[in-house]
This record gives sequence, C-alpha cells and structure tokens, in this order.
Amino acid sequence: MAERERSHTRPRGGIFVPKAQVMSADDVRRAITRMAHEIAERNRGLHHIALIGLQTGGVGIAQRLADTLAEVEDVEVPVGTVDVAFYRDDIGLRPVLPEATTEIPFDLTGMTVVLVDDVLFTGRTIRAALNALGEYGRAQAVELAVMVDRGHRELPIRPDYVGKNLPTSRDEMVDVSDEGVVIGEVLGR
Amino acid sequence: MADPGTGRMSPTAPMELLVRGGTVVDRTGSRRSDVRVVEGTVVEVAEGLEAAPGATVLDAGGCVVSPGFVDLHTHLREPGREEAETIDSGTRAAALGGFTAVVAMPNTEPALDSAESVRNVHALAQGAMAHVAVAGAITVGRAGERLAPMAELAALGVRIFTDDGDGVQSAGLMRRALQYAMDLDVTLAQHCEDKSLSGGGVMHEGAWSSRLGLPGQPSEAEEVMVARDIALARATGGRVHFLHLSTAGSVELVRRARAEGVPVTAEVAPHHFTLTDACACGFDPVFKVNPPLRTDADVAAVKAALADGTADAIATDHAPHAPELKDLPFDEAPPGMLGLQTALALAVTELALPIEHIVALLSWQPAAIARLDGASGGTQGGDVAPGRPANLAVVDPVATWVVDPAALASRSRNTPYGGRTLTGQVRHTVLMGEPVVIDAEAQR
Amino acid sequence: MLSSAKCWAGDLVSAFPKHLLAMDDLDAGAIGEVLRVTDSFAEVGRRANPKVPTLRGRTVATLFFEDSTRTRMSFETAAKRMSADVLSFAAGSSAVKKGESLRDTIETIQAIGMDAVIIRHRSSGVPARVASWVEGCAVINAGDGWHQHPTQALLDLYTVRQSLGGGDEGLARFAGLRVTIVGDIRHSRVARSQITAYAALGADVTLVAPSTLLPPSLEGWPVASVSHDLDKVLATSDVVSLLRLQAERGSGEYVPTMREYTAGYALTARRALELPPEAVILHPGPMIRGVEIASEVAELPSARITDQVGNGVAVRMAVLFLLLGQPASLEHMSEPPDSEPIGGPAPEGGPRG
Repeated sequence: MAERERSHTRPRGGIFVPKAQVMSADDVRRAITRMAHEIAERNRGLHHIALIGLQTGGVGIAQRLADTLAEVEDVEVPVGTVDVAFYRDDIGLRPVLPEATTEIPFDLTGMTVVLVDDVLFTGRTIRAALNALGEYGRAQAVELAVMVDRGHRELPIRPDYVGKNLPTSRDEMVDVSDEGVVIGEVLGR
Repeated sequence: MADPGTGRMSPTAPMELLVRGGTVVDRTGSRRSDVRVVEGTVVEVAEGLEAAPGATVLDAGGCVVSPGFVDLHTHLREPGREEAETIDSGTRAAALGGFTAVVAMPNTEPALDSAESVRNVHALAQGAMAHVAVAGAITVGRAGERLAPMAELAALGVRIFTDDGDGVQSAGLMRRALQYAMDLDVTLAQHCEDKSLSGGGVMHEGAWSSRLGLPGQPSEAEEVMVARDIALARATGGRVHFLHLSTAGSVELVRRARAEGVPVTAEVAPHHFTLTDACACGFDPVFKVNPPLRTDADVAAVKAALADGTADAIATDHAPHAPELKDLPFDEAPPGMLGLQTALALAVTELALPIEHIVALLSWQPAAIARLDGASGGTQGGDVAPGRPANLAVVDPVATWVVDPAALASRSRNTPYGGRTLTGQVRHTVLMGEPVVIDAEAQR
Repeated sequence: MLSSAKCWAGDLVSAFPKHLLAMDDLDAGAIGEVLRVTDSFAEVGRRANPKVPTLRGRTVATLFFEDSTRTRMSFETAAKRMSADVLSFAAGSSAVKKGESLRDTIETIQAIGMDAVIIRHRSSGVPARVASWVEGCAVINAGDGWHQHPTQALLDLYTVRQSLGGGDEGLARFAGLRVTIVGDIRHSRVARSQITAYAALGADVTLVAPSTLLPPSLEGWPVASVSHDLDKVLATSDVVSLLRLQAERGSGEYVPTMREYTAGYALTARRALELPPEAVILHPGPMIRGVEIASEVAELPSARITDQVGNGVAVRMAVLFLLLGQPASLEHMSEPPDSEPIGGPAPEGGPRG
C-alpha cells in the first residue's frame, strides 16, 4: 500500500514507478525493533499503552510493534485500528474513502495511545485521527510513531518515534511495505 | 375569415402578386410555372411571366408552389386558455408553417358546442393569419352524454364534429351521432381511446412504461375504438375521420376498412412518425401527448400508412401548453405539443416520400376532408389554376434550419424538437392574395 | 528489491454519479463501494456517540411530497449523524400545498443553498426532473411513484450481504444467489430497484405474482424467471423479498379478494418451512401481517426485517457521503463507468440526445 496521504487521493489510473529503494526489509524490521524499545523506554511498564494503527498503512506496523513488545517486554498491549475518512477537512476537495472500519474494542480513557502510521507527510491525517480518537474516550496522552517522516508538514505535528527521516519532493511518493520502503513517482495523472 | 367559403380578398393584399421561378405542385401534377395573383385570385399560371409595375414579386427559385396547407387538427386555446395560445398567435404559427387554413378543435373553455360559441370564434378569427374553420363538439360539453346541436352548428358552416381530447365512449351514442351527421352531410372525427383500457395511462404501455413505472395506455385502447367506429361507419354509412392514428393495429384496421369501401379517412400527427415512447426516459412532459408516443414498429406502420394512402393527411395536433403546466410531474402534466411550424419540415426530414406526396398530405387531401376545398365551395386545396383563390404555400424542400423554441410564434414553448436541424422550410405563405409570410418571416 | 510498477487501476473507486435517481445509476463496483462505506458508518452507529463531523457545514433538505415518516427519519438521522444541517420541507405544510409549483419550490430551495435534496414524490420521475433543474446539488430519490427507491434496494443488499458473511466475501456470494421477489411488482418502486440491484451483483432473480400485478412488459428486465406459483419456487430460494400490497388494490381491480391473494402469495408459516434453512426473508415495510407475511414468519430469525430498518441509516449515510464527498471540481471523477447499462433497454436517445 502506498503512503496514506497519497492513497487517499487515489490516483485514478496512475501507475507507481519506483525510483529507489531507501529501506530494505531488514531495515524496516530493525526500525520496528528500535521503535518498540523507544516506546518501552518512554512508557515504563507499558501498563496504560495502546497501539492504534491508521487504516490501512499503519495497521500492519502497529501489529508488528505490538508483537515486538510482547517478545521483548513480555507485555500484551491492546491494538486497535482507526479510519479517519469521516474526520478529514478536505471532503469535497478530493476523493476520500474509508478503507476499512475503525476497531477500538477498548476504552481509551486514561490510556496513553501511540498512533501508528506508515508515512508522515502534511499532518492532516494525524489531525483527523486525533479527532476520531476523541470518540473512544479521553486518552491520558497521545504519541505518534511513523515508519517514514518525509517532511512538508502543514500543521504543528511532530512524531515521537521515527523509522527514517526521508527528505522528498512534494511530487514524489513513498511506498511502505514489509519488503521495505521505496521512493518513486506516479505516472499517468 | 368567418366563412372560408366566401373567398373574400384580404384587405391588405397587394393588387398584384407574382410568385416566380418555382415548381407548381397540385392535384393535377407538377410543372415549372410562375403564378400571377390579382386581387386575391390566381389569374395566370405559366412560365416566364413578367411582373407588372408595382407588383409584389416572391422569389420561388428552387421551391415548390403548392396550394396552402390545411391543418385538420389545431388547438387554438381561445377562448379559455389564452395564456397558452390565442387565435392570433396560433394562426401566425400556422402561416409560418405554410397553413392557410386550420380546423380549430372544440375543446376550448367553454367547449365549442353551441351556435353562440362558434360565432364567437368566427368573430375572433376575423383578420387572422389563416382561415379558421371550427370543428364543433359532438356532445354537449364534450361530456359524451347528449348530442350537441349539430344542425345549428352546421348552419354556421361547421363541417366536422369531434369531442377531441376524448373519444365518444358510448357506442350507442356514437351510432346515433353518425346517423344524425348523415342528414347534415357532416363528418365525425374521432379521438380513439377507450377509457376503460387507457384509464390513468400517461404514456404508451410497453417496455418503457414498465421500466419507468408510469401507468400506460395499451395500443388496444385506441384500436378497440377504431374497430368499433369502422363497424358503425359501415352500418350507418356516416363518415368517420380518425384523428391522430398512432398504432400499427389501427393502421391495419383502417387499411382493410378502406379496401372494403367503408367511408373512413385518417390522419397522422408528425410526432407519431418521428418520436417513440423511449423519449419518455427522462420524464420530460414535453414528450407527453395523447395518443402517446408509441414504439418503433408503430412509427414504421404510420409511415407506411402515409405512403400507401391508408392515411389521407398529416395533421399537427398542435397543442400549446403554458410552461408551468409542462413543469408538472409527467403523470400530472397535460398532454400535447406544438406542431404547426415543424410539420412540413418533419415530413420532409423523416418521411422518405416525394415532395409532391408530402404536400398532398398537407394540402388538398385534408382540405377535402374538412370540406374546405373547391369542390365543397371552399377556398382551400385543389388546384393552382386561374380563377382559384390565391392560398399558396411556397416550400424550399432542401433548405435546412434549426428549431429554436424561443423563436416560434406560438405563445407556448412545448416543442420537443428544440435544437434539431430539419430539412424543408416554408419560405412564403400567401393567404387570399396577401403574402403573410415572406422568406420565413411573418409579415404582420 | 524494487518491485515492478504498481497499477492502481484495480484499486480505484468506481466513479460515483452526481445524483442517485435509480439503481441503474450504480454499477456493481459502485454498489460494492456503497456497501463497504456502509460498514464504516455502521461502526459509527455502534459508538456511544454515533456522530461524525464529516458533513459539517453542508446542508441537506428532505422534500417529502408523499408522507413517509420512516424513510424521512432514516435520511434525516443519517444526515444529522454526519453533522449536516437538515432542512425538512413537509409538503403538507409548505407552500406546495398553496399552489406553488414544484419548480418554484426547487428554485427557492436552491436559492437558500442546498448540497443535497432528498425527494419522495407520488409521481414517477420527479427526482429526475429536479436533477435536471438544479446545479451543484445532489438529488437523492427517496421513492418516486412506481419507479425507483434505490436506497431501499441498497439496504436490502446490505442486509443480505450481512447474512452471507459480510464484507467482500459476502458481496461475492451474490453471484448465482437465488432471489425471489413476491407480490405487487407492477406498482412497486422497491421491486424495480431491487431487481436491478440484485442482478447487478449477479443474482438470479425470480418474480412471483399474479399476471395482473406484473408490469405490462418485462422486456429487457434482468429477470431469470417468472412464476405464478409461490410453492414451487420456495425450495430454491435463498432470499425471499415480499412486497407491500396496498389494500385498495385488493378490491377487485387487480386481484379479486385479499383472501385469494393471501392464499396464493402470502408467506405463511407452512410455506416458510419449505425454504432452505439459510434462506433470508425480507420485507421493505410497513408489513401487512396476515396478507403478505404471516405474523409468526415475520418473527423468525431468518426474517431480517428489523435489520433492514437499522441498516437504513448507515446505508443512507454512505450514499450521502459518496455523493457529497465527491470533488465537484474534478469533473472527470463523475464520468459514468464503462459498463453495460443494467436492466431494461438502453435509452435510445430522444431527439434531444
């Protein structure tokens, strides 16, 4: 799946042409391990931690973070997913579709939520996610973990845990998967 | 003109008029000829005529010069619905369509079912841009219950009676009306629609009505009454004219009846040979007419009827309606569409018939049915010959034009042909020697 | 490793029309999209606070020229749960009753500024006419005459998809599904929408009705078969959808008596036993118990009539979302999909076409 901001725009008939691989599968695995350690360090004991993956790019990463925490810290942290389509501020400006349902089968009140996404770009998706989370209780704190921070922020949002900082131009696209991270462009738009 | 039989010259007609360079087409055939008109009467039909000093000359180069057209089926709406049409606006539309006479349908408000109401229309039609022949109602108020005073109306010159808008539902009443009409030597024109079959139907009943969820009128609703009236005409000897035949079955019934010598005649409306029930797909009431637009097979059948003589006339069923009524939902909007200004062009464009055949369907054949022709003592139809009143239509059979609803002379705009490019244009119309239309422009 | 070029074409949203006037406006892809988005809104409906800010600042009008409290409430609840402002024009109390023309009413509403107009009318085609008059405003048909009631058909599909396991797997199981629609099809806008909808997803549709309650012509309808014997088709029906029979139509015009209709076409307890165990029973409501469906059948677990009502709100949220979420500036987005028209003959194009 391509990065979230772009996937929302759903390039009609566009073809993603990769230019360069910037992270290998091993790099991604190592980044997840490191981020899990950072989360554990910052939130000692992990008692009130919940991981919420953004649909759809963040869901797999959130699960892998949870698996790593279970392995390393021997703690089962609850994992949920959130879809932000209904909370975006650009409905009517570009096509936005929910890609999957929100599943947060636990009350967030008093929890520290780590939002997980694949790519951080303008920050608008994260703003929408923060609004969406509000419907599931009043979290004690919300942190943000992303595999790639590609810059170009339009809102005062910064990540707490980053897999890789990746300078990009606005026109480029970033594709994150278990096989690695690829930078490329979309043709035919 | 109160009485189309009197043949008075129009007061505004020029002393002399020369229609030059055209091909004269009438009952006797066609020939290259100029036509000289003096004081409203044709005086000379020959090639190479010279215009007298001061004469008005109409260029008919490349055109057909025919006896003026006669519309057997016009709704002028006056009195009662003057917001939709008046005798003035309706006859202007007629003149622009090449018609020098129209038969005004009696479904006005009030209906034309009394001597007083007929006299009123005659008075209103003085000086109109086409002769207005009144069709009287068969029954009082077109209610289908009691016969209207047909003899009183016949004495005023009414030669055709109809309850158009509705058919006479009672077979017994229709039989008596035919017997009575025989005594008066008048014709009964029937809108064939058996209400027990058509009741509530707003379009043709078939694949499209089923899909659109609109109540339909089956073809049988028309055909049952056509068959009934053929039987009644055969039995009584009274003349029946079938208005706006629309189905293949009706055409076949009339074809057989005529072969057997039953005294029936028939007309077809232009929309029934140009449009189908598929036009209702957008629910636009501009396509709502009664009888409804039918199927492709029916269109083919009515075209064949016009080609083989089963149908005698193209009649417009010109039915103006104010825009607010055509903005109603399809099932609530009144049926009807404009027809006078597009009839000739639609015939030329859609019927693969020689122009001589088309003008016969528009001119002398309907004139004979309406008893407005020379043989009946009228001024219409017949021949373009010395001594005949100068009622002429000059038609360019190859000119093309685009229908602009806003530019039509009618007070209403309910034409379905807006934006359509049509072939065949009425260039000039001469009414009792007066050129009321020159180069497709109304002169008053 | 560099993967080869990825093409998004298969991942694309089906183009969604500007208006929802008839089920024919939606192809299988667009129907799937509605059902997927409905899943998301169904989740919203299960929350403690079932409201999202999606349509904040948008205005939606309901214009019901024919009374239907159920459908109007369903649409208004849907719009309100998406934070839209809702204006309710009840034809009974508005200027319409005072002789104002439909077109004037619409022009007034458009002058006030609406993003969507939801219309119910007793005359077929009114939503289509309104759609031809408005600009920049989505028109949703909430039932017109005998013509169409597309959101009812969509919520039926959603209900059946739930019982087929939900999700895209449930959607795929519509292929070859045996759907039997029983009753007054002639006068039913629900049936016209259902038939197109089920057929679009590949179901085999059987109509069961006396000939007098069938449409005059089924030419071009995507119907697998027609039967006049309900007992013969029950054993091979995966879905039975019953239609409302209006009392006045049982007065001898179309069927001689209600008793005779019930004897032949009602889903009685005895008949329900003939259905396959997994079969689903649907009714668009309001039901006439004892005429169209026996009371005890309506209470069976396989009768999903209450689910239908509940799903109505989420389906209508999805429709509003897909219609109003479209970028108006991206005209190419609303081009019709390249697919054969579903159901009925293709319009042959009137002279204006």
